[in-house]
Amino acid sequence: MSTSTLTAASRLLGRPRFLDRLDLPRRLVTAAAGSMVLIVTLMLGFVAWNGIQIFLTPGSNAGSVFSTAWQPLANPASFGLLPFVTGTLAVTMLAVAISTPLSVGLALFLAEVAPVWARAVVQPALEIFVGIPSVVYGWLGITILVPWLRENFSGVGFTVGFSWLAGSLVLTVMILPTITSIAYDAFRAVPGDLRAASLALGTTRWQTIRHVLLPASAAGVLTAVILGMTRAAGEALAVQMVIGNRPTMPTGLTQPLSTLTSQITLDMGNTVAGEPWNQALWTMSLVLLLIAVGFVLLVRWLNGRRQTF
Amino acid sequence: MTKSHSTLSALTLTAAASLLLAACSGGAGASGSASGSSSGSAAAGGVTCASGSITAVGSTALQPLIEQAAKQYQDACSGATVNVQGGGSGTGLSQVLSGGANIGNSDIFAEEKLKPADATQLVDHKVVKQGWVMVVNPSVTGVTNLTKDQATQIWTGKITNWKDVGGSDAPIVLVIRPESSGTRATFKKLILGGATEASGKALTEDSNGAVTKAVESTPGATSIIGFAYFQQNKQSLTGLQLDGVEATVKNMADGSYKLAAFGHMYTKGQPSGVAKAFLDYMLSDPIQKTLVPKLFYAPVQPGS
Repeated sequence: MSTSTLTAASRLLGRPRFLDRLDLPRRLVTAAAGSMVLIVTLMLGFVAWNGIQIFLTPGSNAGSVFSTAWQPLANPASFGLLPFVTGTLAVTMLAVAISTPLSVGLALFLAEVAPVWARAVVQPALEIFVGIPSVVYGWLGITILVPWLRENFSGVGFTVGFSWLAGSLVLTVMILPTITSIAYDAFRAVPGDLRAASLALGTTRWQTIRHVLLPASAAGVLTAVILGMTRAAGEALAVQMVIGNRPTMPTGLTQPLSTLTSQITLDMGNTVAGEPWNQALWTMSLVLLLIAVGFVLLVRWLNGRRQTF
Repeated sequence: MTKSHSTLSALTLTAAASLLLAACSGGAGASGSASGSSSGSAAAGGVTCASGSITAVGSTALQPLIEQAAKQYQDACSGATVNVQGGGSGTGLSQVLSGGANIGNSDIFAEEKLKPADATQLVDHKVVKQGWVMVVNPSVTGVTNLTKDQATQIWTGKITNWKDVGGSDAPIVLVIRPESSGTRATFKKLILGGATEASGKALTEDSNGAVTKAVESTPGATSIIGFAYFQQNKQSLTGLQLDGVEATVKNMADGSYKLAAFGHMYTKGQPSGVAKAFLDYMLSDPIQKTLVPKLFYAPVQPGS
């Protein structure tokens, strides 16, 4: 080490300056963490407060929230949220059901099968997938998927193309990278010793995957699926563009339906703050938030059960 | 424990509320000086200038017109700033009522949206007439005109095939707006006579753009879109006459085309300062005679 470097180092270490003594970096990161917690708390509180207003307003017919009738202009008005809650769950669950085998298969390929060069191609491709804005997915959905369903499957009921299935298919593609990358991490987290031990017993690669890798990473893969579910349930724009937004209970894969997010965005700008209709939209936001919080709690519980090696 | 907890949540809510309010009213902070300092009274184009900053929020149907007018006004009056935002008629009305905006733009009368006690606080300024056109997917042939009665039967789900109104044999696919939409309310009042739409059998799309996309890509589809949007999408949509009258600026202005209604700009109480000057400008000749027809709206007064 040269003398000049030593001098520089001693200058840095030897004379604590006023700024150093303030320890700004520590304060900055603490402030960042604190403000994040504060913002989340404020948002939860604000949405919750607005979400319960319909129940506190006399004459708002709040009991209708638990019904299936969405008729805000009827007399008396009815703000049944069940069509939207059911719609959100239906679109989400179907998307996850289609996406999970694809994503887990892709993650297995990346983690266990793919040669290095294939991984080098697929991984950036997945990252690009994540970066595509949802409006692009929706635009592709309405331009390609919806007409394709209508033109080829009108015989089985896709008379307009806008449908539950269209929404779920768009979401399938959107959540695929989320599930894949987290499941991939879960597979990579399984120690090589376990694989080696299994292979040493004379098992095939598939047997190792089936009996060692999958059980060992089950909690991590479930986490991936639930995070995919959370993204699907919260997606608004892309889904709204292809599901037809019919505010009735879902009647079938081929038929239009509506979700919590799509109904909120449809009505948001045109209702007046303080009226029961607007309050019902806040209640929808609260329900959506509770669904997300439920998913997060589920993930944390699963991670708590995760095996450590 | 309970007490401190409730105090905390109350604080939380207050802070959240003020954050949100600050965010919403950011553009409307400095409202035009109420003294009405008309610095350059009666400038070249008959524009009365006032200095200050105002915000006009609301209807997306009126937004293109008001944005253009605001631009022209600011070019003429350097001391004035007019911020124009969308958000929908409901947002416009509630923002002007709460003081978050100086002007609330709305497709419908405040009385149709607000509680009577709130509506009386607002002053209506009818600045323009705007029209809508019934459009169908070009795959439907043989239909060029619908009577009010036929339209009503289609929209309430009683007629479900184009052949029943003289067209080709194709099922009708209704594309409607959400119930909160000003366009839907106007159509319901002017054409359907208050009858309830068959929303359980229709697709719902919320904006002119989304409606246009759905109708042009779905065979047999029909909906209503703003006249200006129709002009831009004539190639891919078929426009229908209503009771034998074609949608034109002239027919909307003289009232013979029935699917047209006033565009409103509401103020809370009588306007002053920039708000008053800008509202006067909206009714002046450069706007009513030039800009309004150019953007496919109709002037408020048939003669003007």
